[in-house]
Amino acid sequence: MTGVTGPPPSCLSYVMSGTLQEPFAAWFAAQGWAPRPHQLAMLDAARAGESVLLIAPTGGGKTLAGFLPSLVALHAAPSERLHTLYVSPLKALATDIARNLTRPVEDMRLPIRIETRTGDTPANRRARQKLVPPQILLTTPESLAVLLSSPDAPEFFGGLACVVMDEVHALAGTKRGDQLALGVSRLRRLAPGLRCVGLSATVAHPDAIAAFVGADRTIAVADGAPPTISMMLPDGELSWAGHMGLEAAPQIMARIADSGMTIVFVNTRAQAELMFQALWKINDSTLPIALHHGSLEIEQRRKVEAAMSAGRLRAVVATSSLDLGIDWGGVDQVIQVGAPKGVSRLLQRVGRSNHRMDEASRAILVPANRFEVLECEAAIMGVAARELDGDPPRPGGLDVLAQHILGLACSAPILPDEVYAEITTAAPYADLPRKDFDDVLAYVEHGGYALTAYEQWRKLFRDSEGRLHVRSARIAAQYRMNIGTIVEAPLLKVRLLSGKSRIGPVLGELEEYFAGLLSPGDTFMFAGRLLKFVRIHEMAVECQEGGTGDPKVPAYEGGRMPLTTNLADGVRGLLQNAGRYDVLPERVAEWLQMQRNVSRMPGRNDLLVETFPRDDRWYMVAYCFEGRNAHQTLGMLITKRMERFGMAPLGFVATDYVLGIWSARQPHDIARLFEEDLLGDDLESWLADSSMLKRTFRNVAVIAGLIQRNHPGGEKTRKAVTVNSDLIYNVLRQHQPDHILLRATRADAASGLIDAGRIAGMLARVKGRIVHMVLSRVSPLAVPVLLEIGRESVRSDDNEDALLAEAEAIIAEATDRDTPAWAQQEMPLYAGVSPT
Amino acid sequence: MTAAPIHIAGERLMLDPQGVLVWPAAGLLVVSDLHLEKGTAFARRGMLLPPFDTQATLDRLHGLLRRWRPKIVVALGDSFHDREGAERLPANERERLDDMTEGCRFIWVLGNHDPTAPAGVGGEAVAEFEAGPFKFRHEAVPNAAPGEIVGHHHPKALVPTRGSSVSRPCFVSDARRVMMPAFGAYTGGLDVRDPAIARLFPRGGRVFLLGKDRLFSFAMGPGR
Repeated sequence: MTGVTGPPPSCLSYVMSGTLQEPFAAWFAAQGWAPRPHQLAMLDAARAGESVLLIAPTGGGKTLAGFLPSLVALHAAPSERLHTLYVSPLKALATDIARNLTRPVEDMRLPIRIETRTGDTPANRRARQKLVPPQILLTTPESLAVLLSSPDAPEFFGGLACVVMDEVHALAGTKRGDQLALGVSRLRRLAPGLRCVGLSATVAHPDAIAAFVGADRTIAVADGAPPTISMMLPDGELSWAGHMGLEAAPQIMARIADSGMTIVFVNTRAQAELMFQALWKINDSTLPIALHHGSLEIEQRRKVEAAMSAGRLRAVVATSSLDLGIDWGGVDQVIQVGAPKGVSRLLQRVGRSNHRMDEASRAILVPANRFEVLECEAAIMGVAARELDGDPPRPGGLDVLAQHILGLACSAPILPDEVYAEITTAAPYADLPRKDFDDVLAYVEHGGYALTAYEQWRKLFRDSEGRLHVRSARIAAQYRMNIGTIVEAPLLKVRLLSGKSRIGPVLGELEEYFAGLLSPGDTFMFAGRLLKFVRIHEMAVECQEGGTGDPKVPAYEGGRMPLTTNLADGVRGLLQNAGRYDVLPERVAEWLQMQRNVSRMPGRNDLLVETFPRDDRWYMVAYCFEGRNAHQTLGMLITKRMERFGMAPLGFVATDYVLGIWSARQPHDIARLFEEDLLGDDLESWLADSSMLKRTFRNVAVIAGLIQRNHPGGEKTRKAVTVNSDLIYNVLRQHQPDHILLRATRADAASGLIDAGRIAGMLARVKGRIVHMVLSRVSPLAVPVLLEIGRESVRSDDNEDALLAEAEAIIAEATDRDTPAWAQQEMPLYAGVSPT
Repeated sequence: MTAAPIHIAGERLMLDPQGVLVWPAAGLLVVSDLHLEKGTAFARRGMLLPPFDTQATLDRLHGLLRRWRPKIVVALGDSFHDREGAERLPANERERLDDMTEGCRFIWVLGNHDPTAPAGVGGEAVAEFEAGPFKFRHEAVPNAAPGEIVGHHHPKALVPTRGSSVSRPCFVSDARRVMMPAFGAYTGGLDVRDPAIARLFPRGGRVFLLGKDRLFSFAMGPGR
């Protein structure tokens, strides 16, 4: 990796030899800018024909650095073909960049057309782009895949000289990143000599990102002034549990009033809704404060963004929907409410303020409970030490590969050997075994089932030379309608009715299962309003203003990201180091000191497990610090094992830090409970029925094209052509458990919702180092998790029947009906038709 | 495995948690919406679903026939996913089906997916079947006389539970009618609150959600 902190020799010579030629030098001068060293280094790399990864903090002129070589090249040698392709994770970013780039191009009268192409581009413009391509095209990974599946892709991309991948750190290691990497592997083949340029924020694994880009070298720009981050505690009592941080609303309000423009970042959409309400309740001077999260109608979000850019807002309460991308400008401070969850994520959010390199960003962290105080402190230390987190990118998804292979065949007949050679040039697939490739290919051809049932309906057929052709134009048309790797949970629009009218504005989208929980007349909170639920009608939740009573707040699946390994380590370190308790607020230091007196502290490399009785039950609290997803899985596994050991477990609760289990009998032989073989058969048998695996399978099946979201013919025929993915999963698991899509599902789940990797790491690390403290009552450190009981809904999967039985019993009790007799006893036998 | 009795038209009917209805007095078992060969029907349209659905459906039906040993089996329509479904049956599944249709009186009530008698399989095909006080038909007739046993809509119900909700296929019944859950391995469901189902139960009724070992019963409000 080449670190560029001052101008390196090559750049100096660049400046001195005056190779930033006219009209570029004059244009820079007119803006009052001097070309930055990394911008010149990028020109250098282009001249040498090298692929590059540019790592620079926000505000570093990264985008211009990425495009400058293309502008210079097109000025020197005008062309009528597509020269540079820019791919960004966000449509909005592509549009924004197009706007920013148009200015220098027009100022200098360069012979360059810049156009965008996304899912929103109208058909006539798409057709024209094919006939008269722009020199620079800005797009997304999905739209690139659509372009590549076209028969004229070789002609369209044949003259491509450069591909620029923006925010590449946000794509690498995701399925969209897999899709992009595969797309670029095809571009390299269509356009020999193609240069790849990656633009990235500072990351923990620059080498992995460089490999993803295929970079010959990395240019890293030193970070600007370190951010100033402080912590703000609510007045009065410091919460033992809870994650909303609403107690701090008055202080947050005061900070907003004291500052120009503030982004209040929260962790979940539910928290955003609640914080927004809490702020407006005390917003006596009616400061313009807005709400921004991923479920709101896109128009609504754009309006908020525009108001931000225009400086018309004083604060925005936002989720990760504002983490990435566009420079909103003019943000004076960032307030993070609730746990930061990771150092890299915190840096990204903090970087939203003061988008200028030379000035320090300002941020305030507001922990919502005592454990979060520790996490905030660890995050501040992590930022100071630049301890970025994030795992190296995982191997590419087999479902994405299946989609890509069909796309290649839609463009032109394919030869398996050639395709294998091509896709293994994409970093996520570099180590893909040929066997897996062949299985994926078989899946694409005819489903890859043990039963050869689909010979006559295969999607690809082989000619005498071994080339694979798409069977029909219809299959290609279906494919193009279903490209993409973002699979949303089923969503319903939220429509606001006014008066008796049945039409009204759409406020955003809700997950179907939440809508299913609402009864007519229920109040719920959405888009910062209190709404009254009317009914579900034609894929929309219809509601009215003015709900009353206790509102329900939509919870969203996947709304929470788990604590990173890196930050968890930091928290453990803080707990261990009694000498540094003085950096902590007094109330927190007291709390930790109390813990030391009655029990002990979790160590950096051991596993502290406390057991104590309380109210006729036994509690076991394990301080694992592996994040909520891993703890959920661990909770399932340990309770199963406790059941076998006769400890009669009754339930468990998982937070980011600890796992708490309660049982009827005293847990013993703790080391045996946490033995490494936990991840063997127990995991397999639990996984098979888990709703997490079913959800993961749904994504895989949709991406791989087994289930098609869109069908020629549109919404009307949709019901006729969809099959519930859970049903498919059940049948496939029973009849062909090693099918490639089930393998892909298990691989995804292991690194995602199940987080088996982190559990495995922990079990290995703490082997022989489990410290069991038998206490007579709850320890200070265990109080928070006990308070979480009842707040955290634990969905234990094979327990749906138990939940139904409970619901049935509660309703029976409330309505004073007896449990139906037939549910209490086995029915008598009947002659002729008796159960045998 | 506990079946639940209900009383309709003066007769006692048993609802089996696996989704079939049994009329013990007549030795009659009803199963609805098998949708056999749905997998191959989708394959024809370019979605290569796992081709094991007929096998999975017949496995379950076979088990229930052994358990209840009925004299008469009524398949309540949409037994095949389309008109040609029966022709696409794999040879071994066709044999298994033949064993079933030969082992007892087997009635194929016709449905909208399979409006004609299935080709090359045993049993009798009828538009409707009548026995005692009961009419067995695929699709409910509004204002039908009491004693109607129907399928077609694939009812399922969503029940709020602690912190979440559970959705399952279900029987729906009031004093006059029973609507059967769909039995096929690839059959989805329609929420019982949907007007298409709710209006057939104008005074409300009860839903019986299918569970592993038993049914779960809840009241259903009046339909509109």
